[in-house]
Amino acid sequence: MSDKILHTANLSVGYKDRTVLSSLNLNLNKGQLTCLLGPNGSGKSTLIRTLAGIQKPLLGMVTLQGKSLREVSPKTLAKQLSLVLTDRVTPGNLTVYGLVSLGRFPYTTWMGSLTGEDKDVIQWALEITGTMQFANRHIGELSDGEKQKVMIARALAQQTDLIILDEPTAHLDSPNRIEIFHLLRELVSSGHRAILISTHDIDTAIANADKLWLVANQSISQGAPEDLVLDGRLEKAFTKEGLSFNYSLGRFEKAINNNGLKVLIKGSSLSAYWTESALRRAGFQPVEHLPQVTIEVFDDGSTRKWILNNQLEITTIEELLTKLNTYENEME
Amino acid sequence: MNTPSTSLSVKAFVLLFLVVLGLFLLNLGLGSVTIPVDEVAKILLGQDVENTAWQNIILKIRLPRTVTAVLVGAALSIGGLQMQTLFRNPLAGPSVLGITAGASLGVAAIMLAAGSATTAFAIRSLGIGGSWLIVLASSVGAFLVLLIILAISYRIRDNVVMLIVGIMVANITIAVVSIWQYFSDPEQIQEYILWTFGSLGGVTNHQLGVLGLIVGLGIVATFLLSKTLNALLLGEDYAQSMGLNIRRSRMLIILVTSILAGAITGFCGPIGFVGIAVPHLTRSFLNTSDHRLLIPSCVLVGAILMLFCDIISQVPGSTTVLPVNAITAMIGSPIVIWIIVKRRNLKSSF
Repeated sequence: MSDKILHTANLSVGYKDRTVLSSLNLNLNKGQLTCLLGPNGSGKSTLIRTLAGIQKPLLGMVTLQGKSLREVSPKTLAKQLSLVLTDRVTPGNLTVYGLVSLGRFPYTTWMGSLTGEDKDVIQWALEITGTMQFANRHIGELSDGEKQKVMIARALAQQTDLIILDEPTAHLDSPNRIEIFHLLRELVSSGHRAILISTHDIDTAIANADKLWLVANQSISQGAPEDLVLDGRLEKAFTKEGLSFNYSLGRFEKAINNNGLKVLIKGSSLSAYWTESALRRAGFQPVEHLPQVTIEVFDDGSTRKWILNNQLEITTIEELLTKLNTYENEME
Repeated sequence: MNTPSTSLSVKAFVLLFLVVLGLFLLNLGLGSVTIPVDEVAKILLGQDVENTAWQNIILKIRLPRTVTAVLVGAALSIGGLQMQTLFRNPLAGPSVLGITAGASLGVAAIMLAAGSATTAFAIRSLGIGGSWLIVLASSVGAFLVLLIILAISYRIRDNVVMLIVGIMVANITIAVVSIWQYFSDPEQIQEYILWTFGSLGGVTNHQLGVLGLIVGLGIVATFLLSKTLNALLLGEDYAQSMGLNIRRSRMLIILVTSILAGAITGFCGPIGFVGIAVPHLTRSFLNTSDHRLLIPSCVLVGAILMLFCDIISQVPGSTTVLPVNAITAMIGSPIVIWIIVKRRNLKSSF
């Protein structure tokens, strides 16, 4: 057996009266973090439920560790695949330790008593996710970010080679989102695990995934994020929402059909990057040739300044935008 | 599930057990005639007492009624606990979801078929075979209502909608019973209404054996389901991903609950409030969601609540006996409101 943990062959997922995604030939490999990327309502959760065996495929099949999912008993499946779902409701009276120990469900006896080995695994899961310090707190007392880490710890306690997470960062703020992705990257780096995350957060997915599963036209194309960016598939997948991909900034932007001021930005520092970003948001057009306005950006690491049309010196982007607006109004 | 709290739990169990014991003796001693606790103990231990009237009161009237109270409290509490976990709904309970109504319909159907009214007296005159028949009919009634609610819960995953559906199903079964009442004699209606007040005193000694056996088996079965119930705390999708056979587990839980709630309703009438309140009281008291602790604790807390309500309903020192159903609601509801206000962890139980 190769590095392949999960494989789908001509898979179609959906409901009795509606096929959501079809012709899926996908792989999940060991040591890789894969992001399932697609707009809301594109069928990400349906696919995840099908891969996890909660829902039956309409067509085709899912192979897990070389065996068809249909032939795997629920108990064996639970030792190979664990889930982190979007359900936010968690019992408030359950402690973090109690919740994580539920991950040992497939290994414990009918009473659910924990052996020494079970306790070691729980300990490890709590430590690696950084949730050890609130092991005795109740779930209801935790913040969303902490809760999500605990849910990941629970999945880890299940000791599976494949972990699937459905929108794990949906309710989180930026720092927490980055922390969760960092944790997941650390977990795949051990080499024997594969992780699949569904998300609609394009930027984070591009930055963190080894591979993308990109939902487009009721199917999925897979590849390294950079390949999908360069061959235009990523942009195509999201054009429906009126987005255009900014190849230099590496992120999607709302397509603005403006005839704003044409601005040439000189300089290649970090400040130049953020200047371009700000100008685009404000509706100006960064151009390479035939500018109406020229901005020179100076950034020596500690101080920044912008020179407008070789004469006016400006110290903040906010001020720059105001000046550009006045300039634009004067021209009309 | 948490090791440090184990010794705490043991203390809680001992405390709860002592309270049950105390209330049990108190319940035997109090009533229209007050009998000193030491005399009660002597009678229970089979020692000779001078007052044979006391002996008769204790052994023939109060002991069956008190044991019934314990059984009712235990059965309805763990029935409610299972419902709340299965539906992940803090407001679920046998009386809320129409399960007791279903059981009533089952009993009414038997009584109607026999051409008699559903009364404690009528049930008593059925004998041992009839006892089983009542249990069967009420359990089947409860089971059917639960199946309907479960089928609907598949389509609609909304707690409030589920409760509304439960109340509607209960209304339908009540409507069927009222149509039957409409064509009945006034005396029969009066007896039926008395039955719906709930009664712990209508259970005869041999029926008590049947009831005790069923409740005992129900408690054991529920305890065997504790790992399953724990997994269900996270919802069915998680439970399934951890290797739980959802369909089978759901059926088992519903079956056990139907039998527990059905048997109690069949013999004692529809007793409300206990099933919904006791699980909350217990969770709040122990501050845990682990069913391996919750199930035995619910049995004890349920027994305590029913014993306490029964003592009140006897109105010690008078010959009046109030309907126990009214007492459970009157005493229990303020307790639950007080706990909601005092302990804010109630709303986050699911």
